[in-house]
Amino acid sequence: MSRSCHHCDEFTRASLFRRGAAEAGRGLPAIEPGMPAPAGTGLDRRSFVSGALGLALSVYGLGKLRLFEDGIAQAASDPAQPVLVSVFLPGGADSLSVLYPVLDPNYRRLRPTLALPDSAGPVFSEDTRLHWHPKLQPLAALHTEGKVSVMPAIGYTHPDQSHFTSRHFWEVGATDARLSSGWMGRYLDHHGVSDNPLQGLSLDYQLQPALASTKVPVASLAAPDEYTFGAPGVWGEVENRMLQTMGALGAHRSDPFLNQAAKAVAQSDRLRRQLAPFAKNSDTGYGSPVTYPDDDSGFPRQLAGLAAMLAANLPLHCVALTAPGSYDTHSDQPQALADGLDITARTLFAFQRDLEARGLADRVLTLVWSEFGRRGEENGSAGTDHGAAGTAFLIGSRARGQMVGEFPGLATGLDDDGNLRPTSDFRGVYCSLLEQWLHADASAVIPGARAFARSALVA
Amino acid sequence: MPPVYRGHFGKPQAERLLWRAGFGPRPGEAEGLAKLGLEGAVHSLMRPGRDRLKGPRPHDDRGHKLSPYDRWGHDQLWWLDRMVRTTKPLHERMTLVWHDWFATSRDGVGPAKLMLRQNQLFRRLGLSSFPGLLMEVTRDPAMLLWLSGVDNEKGSPNENYARELMELFTLGADRGAYSERDVREQARALTGFRYTWSDSLGPVRFRFDPKRHDTGTKRIFGKRGHFDWRDSCHLCVHHRLHPSFFVTKLWSYFVPVPPSGGTKRSLERVYVRSGYEVGPVVAAILRHPALYTGPRMVKSPALYLAGLLRGLGRGIDTEAWTWLMELAGQQLFYPPNVAGWDDSRWLDTATFRARWEIAGYAIRPRVLKESDKHVPDKADKLVDRARTVLGGPTLTGKSEATLTRFARHALGDANARWKKQQYPPLVENALRQLLATAPDLQTS
Repeated sequence: MSRSCHHCDEFTRASLFRRGAAEAGRGLPAIEPGMPAPAGTGLDRRSFVSGALGLALSVYGLGKLRLFEDGIAQAASDPAQPVLVSVFLPGGADSLSVLYPVLDPNYRRLRPTLALPDSAGPVFSEDTRLHWHPKLQPLAALHTEGKVSVMPAIGYTHPDQSHFTSRHFWEVGATDARLSSGWMGRYLDHHGVSDNPLQGLSLDYQLQPALASTKVPVASLAAPDEYTFGAPGVWGEVENRMLQTMGALGAHRSDPFLNQAAKAVAQSDRLRRQLAPFAKNSDTGYGSPVTYPDDDSGFPRQLAGLAAMLAANLPLHCVALTAPGSYDTHSDQPQALADGLDITARTLFAFQRDLEARGLADRVLTLVWSEFGRRGEENGSAGTDHGAAGTAFLIGSRARGQMVGEFPGLATGLDDDGNLRPTSDFRGVYCSLLEQWLHADASAVIPGARAFARSALVA
Repeated sequence: MPPVYRGHFGKPQAERLLWRAGFGPRPGEAEGLAKLGLEGAVHSLMRPGRDRLKGPRPHDDRGHKLSPYDRWGHDQLWWLDRMVRTTKPLHERMTLVWHDWFATSRDGVGPAKLMLRQNQLFRRLGLSSFPGLLMEVTRDPAMLLWLSGVDNEKGSPNENYARELMELFTLGADRGAYSERDVREQARALTGFRYTWSDSLGPVRFRFDPKRHDTGTKRIFGKRGHFDWRDSCHLCVHHRLHPSFFVTKLWSYFVPVPPSGGTKRSLERVYVRSGYEVGPVVAAILRHPALYTGPRMVKSPALYLAGLLRGLGRGIDTEAWTWLMELAGQQLFYPPNVAGWDDSRWLDTATFRARWEIAGYAIRPRVLKESDKHVPDKADKLVDRARTVLGGPTLTGKSEATLTRFARHALGDANARWKKQQYPPLVENALRQLLATAPDLQTS
């Protein structure tokens, strides 16, 4: 079967747009009629660098910046809150490769060229029909330690196969194209505070829509280690003097607006001095006790930075970021999927070990998800098209480590379109996390919460 | 009539006028304008003749022509080039004013073509009749997409445009100018616009379709009638609270402190008596003493960058400006929301660093090599040379003294022969960077 996927080009095009929009700090622009605008689109954003943090931040919806550092000081003195991290695998990761059903008689029929060798990946102990993708060995190891709950077929009824729409549903926590606040954002609206943007931290150049709030401020973290001031053709002693002079030009002025500019200069200079240890070529890094994978995707640095921020007792509560890799594998799936899963799994493993070494592992749960899984039957170009149920993982020392839902099998587990049927609902998982991990009333956050079955997720 | 500035009109005043009413002077331009006197200077800005774009033609990093419709960020570069090369700076500046006033973001529009079409509208009508401009904006495709005008149809009105039309474009919120009922009724009056979707081109054929228009009676501002979109604009412009909103908002683009009550009232009279023309009000603001004797104004990133390039005599020759502008907090064609950019918040520690980067990128092509033997080793001469490279901006005494002191100390560090040879060009490079980012050049 060879079918071209018209969403595919759009997805690529949208990624370009998104990269552009990333610089704008706003969501994805609408490029097809009827496509939901990402949660948080149009939120006010302001960029600045926090002196207390030494981090370049963009803050959304905060009235007064001054409140921010006060809020941090205050929140940092409160008892440590649990932290929920959302990691998004963009493009729709193939659930039938992530955990591939070696013993399902239909697997090789549906995947004549893509089926992975029987012994390539470790057996999944909770359902021995399934094996972990070979590159997910690090997650298999954590699973053996009881630190990973697997959702082998997660989704929702009436699946939508648009990347944007399905991702939007996951981000807003409802199958509602018009909802514009993220599910974590709404949780923070109810339980967050008005002066601590770090309570919802997007580890990205732009706001992760799941964090889009309507009342309380949230933040996105740009580059923590790039606050430096160079000039072309200037170095050595002259450069040092130049930087001193930059500060001197920030001296008080009588004209109010000239003084406003001078103040920005003076504050920048102060910050430059404070951040000198973070400067790019410094070896101090984040002081991680473990070694993260060496990768230019930024993901290892983001999670290393996250662990360091938690260790520094910064008041983080909900965090969201995107995993490296592109999972929209319409063609040449084996290599692309392996590359993405490899760096993602090794980094998540390092993050868990980092948290353990820092004594923070009991405070953090990480939910890894994708907007959907892929078609049961492979297409004619060594790839797979958009499907329905996908795989999700909940990782952490406090994760219960027990499968949620089951693998429905390929004989009766496919819907009329040949896509995997869900055996768990993402909204049920959200409700369970809200109740069991964040101790919140799920019905205030997830529309129609009562209808979704809860699972025991937290040990 | 509003008061007119009677003080000395020399280079500093002409320089300020060129920054407030344009994108800063090219080398020698402020001196030339000063010779015309205030009246002559304002006249030359209001009636500049044909636009002859002056300076190097724009291109991208690979030396190719810009593709504003197709390539990411080229829309912004295209406009920056206009700002840098225009000989009608006030008209270009008004284009930027209207882009902020009727803030439309490509985020909600899509095709660059529609954004540039709107941009040409602002350029063409920017100093003429406000009601004329308002009508064109109301049926402008980008605006129709941005504020849901095309979703506003008989039977299911969408209030998005109706509300902003009154709140942001003509009357202002919380002044008792309109009620929620007026919003609903205006939305009904504005029904009827639509477009056709083309799989290859996106939205095309924007038009008013009488079948989608609600022809019923509406009651707006206490008047009853079968109002349509033209009436909707007309009613707003002729609202008793419109002139005061208009002149106050327009003033804020040129002078950073509000007008006095008397000035405001006299500007309203100028506006109404001219038949709601924009030009006469702008001219009155440009002659007003507050522009010359009042406090300085923080430059927006677009103004800062375009002005730096004008001073340097450099054209648009790199795509770096797109991401640098965003870091600095202003991505043209992507205002943060329909209210436009917040002019009171251009500068903070993150955006100042972005301006520092912008300055570095701007001066980089002319960087002096450390082997350059023709650079004098006198502090005041180096300051003068750096200033000349940047187009000769006026400096406050305080900044000039700080920079001269820096140069003296840095030259004094040269305690070895190689340093004595290499430090003068290094110091001049540093002076250019410091000067370009000094508070003096962040404001005008």
